[in-house]
Order: sequence, then structure tokens, then C-alpha cells
Amino acid sequence: MPAASTALPPIASLELRRDDAGAVLYISGRLDAPGSAQIWPQARQLVHGEIRVDASAVTYCDGAGLALLYDVIQRGATVEHLPDRYATLLAQLDPTTPLKTAPAVVSPPFLIGLGQRALAAWQQLYQAIAFIGELSAAVALVLRNPRQLRLGETLLHCAKAGADALPIVALVSFLLGVILAFQSAIPMRQFGAELFVANLVGLALVRELAPLITAVLLAGRTGAAFAAEIGTMKVNEEINALVTLGLEPVRFLVLPRVLAVTLMAPLLTVLAEVIGIFGAALVLLTFNIPLMTSAGQVMDTVGFTDYIGGLAKATFFGFGVAAIGCLRGLSTGAGASAVGNSTTRAVVSAIVMLVVTDGLFAVAFFYLGW
Amino acid sequence: MSDANPHPATALPDPASALTPAPREAIRVENVTCAYGRNVVLRDVSLTVQTGEILVILGGSGCGKSTLLKHIIGLETPRSGKVYIDGQNLTDAQGAARRNILAGFGVAYQSGALFGSMTVLQNVMLPLQEYTPLDAPARELVARLKLRQVDLEQYADYLPSELSGGMQKRAAIARALALDPGILFLDEPSAGLDPITSGELDALIIRLSRVLGLTFVVVTHELASIYAIADRAIMLDKSVKGILAQGKPADLRDHATDPRVTRFFNRGAV
Repeated sequence: MPAASTALPPIASLELRRDDAGAVLYISGRLDAPGSAQIWPQARQLVHGEIRVDASAVTYCDGAGLALLYDVIQRGATVEHLPDRYATLLAQLDPTTPLKTAPAVVSPPFLIGLGQRALAAWQQLYQAIAFIGELSAAVALVLRNPRQLRLGETLLHCAKAGADALPIVALVSFLLGVILAFQSAIPMRQFGAELFVANLVGLALVRELAPLITAVLLAGRTGAAFAAEIGTMKVNEEINALVTLGLEPVRFLVLPRVLAVTLMAPLLTVLAEVIGIFGAALVLLTFNIPLMTSAGQVMDTVGFTDYIGGLAKATFFGFGVAAIGCLRGLSTGAGASAVGNSTTRAVVSAIVMLVVTDGLFAVAFFYLGW
Repeated sequence: MSDANPHPATALPDPASALTPAPREAIRVENVTCAYGRNVVLRDVSLTVQTGEILVILGGSGCGKSTLLKHIIGLETPRSGKVYIDGQNLTDAQGAARRNILAGFGVAYQSGALFGSMTVLQNVMLPLQEYTPLDAPARELVARLKLRQVDLEQYADYLPSELSGGMQKRAAIARALALDPGILFLDEPSAGLDPITSGELDALIIRLSRVLGLTFVVVTHELASIYAIADRAIMLDKSVKGILAQGKPADLRDHATDPRVTRFFNRGAV
């Protein structure tokens, strides 16, 4: 915020006098930024239409002072007796010519605006469909000719998305298991059913929570990284360089990433399930339920279809998170802020996708009787 | 900001002196050694720049031009030696004193370095908002007039990404001029520009120097620009890790005895 001009000693001053020829505004002192700031509001009040401004007592004038003089001239004043050295500078600014500004952006009528938004939504959908098509074509190409896959790059992304994510997935799933066990043990204890906490936590983790929480962590960690990395490459024209080298960005950049995360997501989910159940079992130990008993309860409750269903979801979630991260990166606009926007959109879109597809999986599993 | 800076170290020179030059020392670099880790790029470099002078720092790629510039403007700290801006020691200055010295010069970076999330006008207004007590309409008018000085007034409301490379460089100069500094540092202003735009930028530099009496330090290796704008040129060379030659560009071209200087000015031909 600008400093209060009243806090500064007077540097410049303004005085309105009247002589035989009419009103004259006398500007004096140092017209630098602080001096101009002191008198500018008063000048705006005093200058409306034709008036003479005597600037003979101006002792210094920089860009701010010149802007002040420009302002009073534009309001109809005539500046007189400005020392020659400053008059030269003022003349360079062409003070009688108003500023050229771009025409104001007029909001389109409602229907046109609606149409534009619909068109933008359609273009996004088209872009997503085209991206899936390109990705499918790249997968088909790699299946026909596996040497087209950049194996080193894929393994590197497996390490980044999988091995490097182990600590955070382990920590979150352990805490999730502990929290679930504690929260469910309190009401179930009233019925003497603490033993079944293991069943509840096991089923919830394997069918629902482990795939979901792993995917959310992947979205925040890996999907965002993909969007930022590919977005920066787009801004730096590295994507254009790939295209002109005859290398399809989807095969070169996207496929290794999507493949890596699709493979790593179920593995991380298995880890999350095991560690989450272990965390719950530790809680149940405090209720005098041995670890082996908890494990037995989980084994009895969680069926093969539960386990496969959870892993299927995790695989799909991994694919979706990686694909969305890469798509957002590839659709990055220009500038540093565009990379930030892409990263945000990647995370938000991925989380929305997770919730929606999780709901679809729930409906599908219901009808399949899983 | 509340700690507005009414009198930056190097304010816009009094145009009286610009019209009838009475040069004094605007910049003094005293035995500066520039190094990154163990890699010494420049050793014991000393130079002075007079007010109103256009000094060009030139040399082949990797000779330390941009490194020297970064050390002069305080982005890097010299391994040894001092940099004085308008007689004030920038190297050792801290806090408000350093801020005061920094407000006295402007820098236009090679890429323009405009803030992409702001319009061109907002970019130019930013230093005014941070350093001056001007109210919002006054800041806007000052900024728009700065853009008029670089022929960009009708692009004030554009985002930097919507401008061409030459326009971005001119906008960067407008932002560097916002606080009416007495000294302007330009890093590779002509790089990547077509000859016409590059020529227009050279003309702008000369106009700002002659009309406003600004001191310019320009890093470039574009020969056409060097001949057009430089009052004096300093040639750096990585084999000597310092200044190889200095003087008027035409003198360096025509009378230099060192083959490295001759090769540079003759585009590699001896």
C-alpha cells in the first residue's frame, strides 16, 4: 500500500490564485513520486476544464511529476512556464494526445455466452476423447512392437510413482487402519463385538479405502507432478520439438507414465491393505484380541472377489490419475501461471474422477453380486 | 509499502545535466572476483561507468558477461571486491539501505521476465505500488505513460504471453523505468529479435539515454547493436578471466592488436 502522503514533509505544493486573466494554479516544489502524491488528489479536484497552471517554481520533475502534468493537461489545463529542461521531457510524452487503450471487453449476450461455454466444454471432451484414442493407438503400437516402449523411462516412473511413494502410503494407510479400528471399536464394544472390528476394517480397506486412499495420494503426488512436468515442457516448447522430431508425445511421454502408475497403483494398494489391517490389529491387541485372531477374522471375511475387485479399482484409478495428469500437462497454455493451473486442474479432475468411478464400481459390483 | 522510498539512491538525473552533461561516477566495480563454487569465472575485474554513458559488455559465449552483470546488480555476491552504485556500496548493503540502492536502478532481463499472471500494465505498476506513495489512479497513469515511452500503450491490458518477443523486451524496459532510475541494466536486449525490432530497441535505448540522461549497461554480443548504441565497450574473455580490451567499438574493431578482439569484431575472420 502507498504510504500516507500526510506523513511526509511538504515537498510540493499547489495554490489557486486569481488574477485579471482568471484563475491560475501555481505548482511548486519537487515533483517526484512523493511530491506528486502530495498534491495530485488536490489537483484532480481543482482542474476541471480550462485553467492556467503556472509551473515556473517546479524544482525537479521525474516520471511521476510528468504524469501529474499530463493529467492536468488532459483535464483541460494549460501548463505555462515549466522550466525548459522539464518541458522537453513533457513534450516527449505528447501530453495533448489522450492515452490509447484497448477497447473494453464487452460480455457477450447470455445465449452467445452459453454457446461459447458449451463449445468450450465440447472442445474439452473432444480433447479427452482424442487423447484416449492416441493413448490406445500408442498401446496397440507397443503391443505389436514392444521395443517401441521406452522401458528405461517406464521403470524410472515406476520407481518415482511406486517405490518413492511407499513411505507416505504406508503411513497414511497405517493411520487409517488405526483410526477405523478405534472409531468402530467404541460402538461395537457396547455389544461385546470388538472381535468383528477386524472384519469391518478388513473389508472396508480391501474393497474401498485402500484403493481410494492410494489413488488420492497418487493424484496429489504423481498426477500433479506429471501435469507440472509436461506442462513446463509445453511452455518451453519441448513438446513442439518432440513433434517436429517425429516423436509422438503420447507414446514418448505419456505411455511410460501411464503404464508405470497403472502397474504401481495395485501394488501400492496391496501394501496399503496389509499395513492398514496391521494398524487395526495393533489397536485390537489393546482390546486383548491377539494378532492371529484378527488375521483369521479378516481372512474369513474378505473373499477373493473382494480382493480382486479392490485391485481392479486400484488399477483403473492408477490409469485414470496418470492419464489425467498427462492430459492436463499437454493442454497447458502459455506462461508460468498456466503450469500452476494445469497442476491444480489435474488434481481436482483426478479426485472427481475417483469419486465418480468409485460410485460406478459400487453399482457394477452390486449387480455382479461381488 | 509504508516504507516508501522518496529519494532512491540513483534517481532520474536532472534533465538539465542530461542536456549539458556533467558526468560523474554512476557505477564502480572494484577488483571483483566472480566464482561459482571452485569455478572462478572472472578475477579482479575493475571498471567504472559515468552517468549518461552507454557501456556495452561484450564477449564470446561463456566469457562471464551475464555473470558480471549479476554481480553488479547484486543478484550474486562477489567472492571478493566491491560494487558501488552512485557511490553507495551495494555489496555490503543490507535491509533498507540495500532496498534504497536497488530502487535506484532498473534491470531488463534477457527473457523480459515479466510476471505472466499480470497484465503488462500491472507489471509496470508493481514497483510503483511497492516503492511510491502514489494512489492507484496516479500509479496507473504513470505506468501507462512509461508504456507510451516504449510505444506499447495500446498493449497495456495484454498478458505478456500475448506479446511478441520484442514487445516483451520493451515492456520489460518500461517496468525497469517505472521508478525513474538513473541506471538501466539490459541483458541481451537484442537476442532473438529480428533486425528491424532490434534496431527499434537500439533506437529506444539511445533515445532514453539522450532525452532522460540515463546510464545504460548493456550485455550483448550483437555487433550491429554494439556499433549502434555503445559509447564504450568492454570485452571480456574467458582465457584471461577478465577484461581483454575496452574502448569505442569502432576503435576496437579498427585498431585492436589482440587477435581475439579482431576475431570477435570480424565475426571469426582474422
